[in-house]
Amino acid sequence: MTRSVIGWVQAAPLALVLAGFLVAPIVMIVIVSFWGATEFSIYPAFQFDNYAFLFGSEVVWRVIGATFKYAAITWALTLVIGFTVAYYLAFHIRSQTVQIALFLVCTIPFWTSNIIRMISWIPFLGRNGIANSALIDWGVIDAPLEWLLYSDFSVILAFVHLYTLFMVVPIFNTMMRIDRSLIEAARDGGASGLQILRHVIIPLTKPGIMIGTIFVVTLVMGDFVTVRFMSGSQRANVGRLISNDIGLLQYPSAAATAVVLLATVLIVIGILLRFVNIRKEL
Amino acid sequence: MEPRSKSFYVLSVFFALFVLFLYGPTVTIGILSFQGPQGGLTFPMNGVSTYWFQDLFREQAVGDIWGAFRRSFGLGLMVMVTTVVVSVMSGLAFRKRFAGSGVLFYLAITSLVIPSILISLGVGLIFNQLGLRVHWATSGFGAQLTWTLPFGLLIMFAVFNRFDKSFEEAARDQGATAWQTLAHVVLPIIAPSLIGVALFGFTLSYDEFARTLLTAGSYNTLPLEIFGMTTNVTTPVIYALGTLTTVFSFLVIGVFLLTVWIMGKRRQRFGSDAGKGV
Repeated sequence: MTRSVIGWVQAAPLALVLAGFLVAPIVMIVIVSFWGATEFSIYPAFQFDNYAFLFGSEVVWRVIGATFKYAAITWALTLVIGFTVAYYLAFHIRSQTVQIALFLVCTIPFWTSNIIRMISWIPFLGRNGIANSALIDWGVIDAPLEWLLYSDFSVILAFVHLYTLFMVVPIFNTMMRIDRSLIEAARDGGASGLQILRHVIIPLTKPGIMIGTIFVVTLVMGDFVTVRFMSGSQRANVGRLISNDIGLLQYPSAAATAVVLLATVLIVIGILLRFVNIRKEL
Repeated sequence: MEPRSKSFYVLSVFFALFVLFLYGPTVTIGILSFQGPQGGLTFPMNGVSTYWFQDLFREQAVGDIWGAFRRSFGLGLMVMVTTVVVSVMSGLAFRKRFAGSGVLFYLAITSLVIPSILISLGVGLIFNQLGLRVHWATSGFGAQLTWTLPFGLLIMFAVFNRFDKSFEEAARDQGATAWQTLAHVVLPIIAPSLIGVALFGFTLSYDEFARTLLTAGSYNTLPLEIFGMTTNVTTPVIYALGTLTTVFSFLVIGVFLLTVWIMGKRRQRFGSDAGKGV
């Protein structure tokens, strides 16, 4: 009895913050999604207009499609890059000091500003940017490529740049906990390097891959800044629909879109969580 | 030691390219922020100067970036302290089962994966409807905690999963109270990880954009100020600002990592001081 009380007291601050700034806002959004709006204000109501408009609009469906497209492509790229980097760090670096140092090199950008990391692509990708100048100097192209900046390409490039870290860290964490004798056993059994990778390392790394996937997919699906900034406002995802509505003070419509986005993300996470027990894997 | 395989060299090159990909753009704007007064947003360099850095100190050239910096710094410290305290408390709570622990855990995970704009929108709406003014130190502070606390909690899970309970049992056998065990055994042992939690708390808050967007009120934090600049500033002054804040972030990270390193060294030399203060 007293034990349980101590537990509650210790957990109370977390519970209070989450109740006030997570649960209450979600409830509020769900409520407001049924409200109506005039040009200047919003008024309480119980109507399905916002949802009807949302699902009736072809543009919205296309934007939802684009959101999944960004998530899928970014996921595939961050997985391949993140896995390779984590594999190199975990299995090819022999000194622990070097390993920690290189791991920190990979994680430090995570603690710096995302917006500035996006801005820093401009001199690379612009019409007269480094990429175009270099390609022209090398004679690969004659005229500057227009699709480098403000396109799907630059959006996905920025996503990969910002979020590969979220793959590297959990995958590396899981790999470090793989019992090395399993790999020796496989080698003694005559497995080639590739077979060890496929039949030993990858299956044992799955929980890490799942956690990385959860991070990358939710970050990309919920994003609105990267798409806006890197596409020069020429591309849209669901997050941008919401932020556009907010800009126009159409809060009920923004709330309805937000509910759809949240439901989508939670369904995806729900499916992914069936494959991994997060608490055990930390 | 067996000789390096060919794949080691291939992967080394891959890793080097990855690091270049991570840091290349940042280094580039670092260089470009030293553009001459006539220089543009990309190469070639039009002379070398500190003109754009000086520009940051001229009030009219940019918005209120120093005010924004002070607010972001203050908010970062607030979020950092709260994150450490609350994460440790809930980390301790989760070591034992308590009614509702499962729900609370899934709420924390939801908090981590929920699109940031929802927090921003929801908190903004609540304050609006209650007739409260949004302010970075109230609504902004709470909104940022929904991002830093789950990280802190996950780190605490990782810490306590590896925690050797026999230290606590030993303390208890010697007659330490629960409070003494916590203060003189548990906290000193997990101290380096707490520095890590603090690092997450500060830096995630200092750089947070989406969750503060609708919750900061009329006084911008630094990321909001910078984002505002991207739409109307077309000179390298934005690179200069980017370079300065990145250098600042590196300094903060450096201080935290150095602290962890020094703690580790001291421990090696003196052994843990856990249990010395009765």
